[in-house]
Amino acid sequence: MISIQHISKKYKGADNYSVLDLDLHIAEREIFGLLGPNGAGKTTLISMLCALIKPTSGTFSIDGLTYKENKRKLKQLIGIVPQEYALYPSLTAFENLQYFGSMYGLKGKELHDKITNFLEHLGLGKFANKRIETFSGGMKRRVNLIASILHEPKVLFLDEPTVGVDVQSKNVIIQFLQELNAKGTTIIYTSHHLNEAENFCTKVAIIDHGKIIVEGEPAHLIHTNEGAHSLEDVFLSLTGKALRDHA
Amino acid sequence: MHKLWASTYKEFLLLIRDMGGVAILFVMPLVLIITITLIQDSTFQTVKDIKIPILIVDKDHGDVAKTMLEGLEDSNSFEVIEKQTEEEAKNLVSKGEYQLAVIIPEKLTEDLHQKISNNVDGIMAKVMGEEADSLPKPDVENKEVKLYFDPATQQSFKSSVKNGIDKMISKIETQSIYKAFQEQISDNPEEAIFETENFITFTEILPKIEGRDVLPNSVQHNVPAWTLFAIFFIIVPLSINMVKEKSQGTFVRLRTNPVSYATVLGGKTILYLLVCLIQFVLMLLVGVYVFPAMGLPALDVSGRLPLLFVVALFSGLAAIGLGLLLGTLAKTQEQSAPFGATFVVILAAVGGVWVPVFIMPKFMQVLSNISPMNWGLNAFYDVFLRQASLMDIVPEITLLFIFFILTTIIAIVYNEKKNAV
Ligand SMILES: Nc1ncnc2c1ncn2[C@@H]1O[C@H](COP(=O)(O)OP(=O)(O)OP(=O)(O)O)[C@@H](O)[C@H]1O
Ligand SMILES: [Mg+2]
Repeated sequence: MISIQHISKKYKGADNYSVLDLDLHIAEREIFGLLGPNGAGKTTLISMLCALIKPTSGTFSIDGLTYKENKRKLKQLIGIVPQEYALYPSLTAFENLQYFGSMYGLKGKELHDKITNFLEHLGLGKFANKRIETFSGGMKRRVNLIASILHEPKVLFLDEPTVGVDVQSKNVIIQFLQELNAKGTTIIYTSHHLNEAENFCTKVAIIDHGKIIVEGEPAHLIHTNEGAHSLEDVFLSLTGKALRDHA
Repeated sequence: MHKLWASTYKEFLLLIRDMGGVAILFVMPLVLIITITLIQDSTFQTVKDIKIPILIVDKDHGDVAKTMLEGLEDSNSFEVIEKQTEEEAKNLVSKGEYQLAVIIPEKLTEDLHQKISNNVDGIMAKVMGEEADSLPKPDVENKEVKLYFDPATQQSFKSSVKNGIDKMISKIETQSIYKAFQEQISDNPEEAIFETENFITFTEILPKIEGRDVLPNSVQHNVPAWTLFAIFFIIVPLSINMVKEKSQGTFVRLRTNPVSYATVLGGKTILYLLVCLIQFVLMLLVGVYVFPAMGLPALDVSGRLPLLFVVALFSGLAAIGLGLLLGTLAKTQEQSAPFGATFVVILAAVGGVWVPVFIMPKFMQVLSNISPMNWGLNAFYDVFLRQASLMDIVPEITLLFIFFILTTIIAIVYNEKKNAV
């Protein structure tokens, strides 16, 4: 589904590469977890795949398409849930979703019904006509998610979709994503919640300093790492315990 | 098309959710236009009805000084206060207590008469074919009437005072010359040989429509100028709207959506153009209905409404193009808001909103030609004051339209370049 060859990214003015010569293949219907410490390059990688930033070098294709040749088509094919909320605070949840749905060419009753269903499904039915600025973090996360899947993308990218939300919200989101996956959506997601990833992902890659250190099924990784009982053990043994503050 | 309408509707919602912003957008231009017109109208009346106190130091004590004093008093613009010494008058003016002190030099009357009689004698001698008088004539120095202005005095006031005094002095000189001739020719000084009143005077001929004069007044001048200013101010809220999308992350989402930047800008253009037109309607309503109620002359829009809307529409487009460009280039509100506001003021100044273009220095006049506000202003004046037809304003509205297209294209190309993948 996604095929990445030798992709690298060095930001303008930065000293180091944020993503360096990375190769990755993600199969259709996978739930793929990109895990790594702060600054590892997860957001950078996803941003390149979503055509938000330009790779310094390397190529990739999604469902056989590239942005160079099929930009519109590819954009229609994928969905992105950004790390930051990307909603208009002064508009209601419904208005936000209506607008972003329209940008994918959806309209009329079809769009209206979709929005209502999704809001209902994610426990926001009552709040459809409330402004986003009055929402809690967990509620915003859920609207942020709906805004990216109204057009039923084949591939969904999520950058830390469960950060800053309570257990209830988190469970609703994870369950919803599993349903989407069951219907055929390929999911690529980044997270710092290793327990969540361990149970949720069909495959994970641990990435640090812009490179993939290890890749495989969570159970397999735990199994092959000596003394590891969880994904967290694997993670710590591979990335070390030092803080990762650099800019 | 559907995406464009959805974008326009979203912009509409964003705008009305900020009612304070909407109020400012519509009310401030009205406050502006009322304030400016009131000020200009009252300064106009000040000059006519209120007397400005000025100081006079009369060192001459002769007829000429007396005539000047009378002239100043008769002008109805000044209240003349006499002071004894130049020093005192000078101090009062430099402290800003008076705008102006006029110092009439010593022996002005005497020397003027001397100078004139020297000249007249010479001429008479030539005319009569006599040898020039062998008696040596006393030499007469040129005289200076000194004017002390308060440094804070406006240039326009200074020049009009200088002109007025200059005129008065030449009149006194002319009359003295006539008088000297009269004394030479006639024995009876009462006999009127020369008409000393001005031979040439002037009247202002105003354009007429259907036989009645069209009087340009402060309202006819102000409403177009400040309406244009208000229309261009749209670039501030528009660019803030765009910068906000960047900081809120919604622009990032839009970039991942299958929608072109042109469509996004199109939605903004449609909505903000509507805002401009509503602003324009409000300004006209104030001019037509509120001004007369406040004792100001009413704005006369009879027969030119369609053309006025055409000019407003294209001016609005030009302003929006500029706003789209600024919103695309700016990264923060701290960049876009102060820059936008100052830039509009500069465009207004260069475009002739404050000071008419024809009195600007040559260089600025050339610069003025490239201010879109100047094109808009000319088009408005063509319609308001020169009875123009649609054909007459085609050049100006074409320029405004080209400006809109150019700025928008630059914005789109810049965005494409910056976000190329
Ligand atoms: N716009 C930018 N300009 C320069 N450097 C950047 C920029 N964005 C990110 N970086 C750098 O690139 C590296 C990778 O950042 P990235 O945001 O991809 O990390 P991440 O894995 O998503 O981290 P986190 O878990 O904190 O979200 C970091 O060192 C970061 O400082
Ligand atoms: Mg990140």
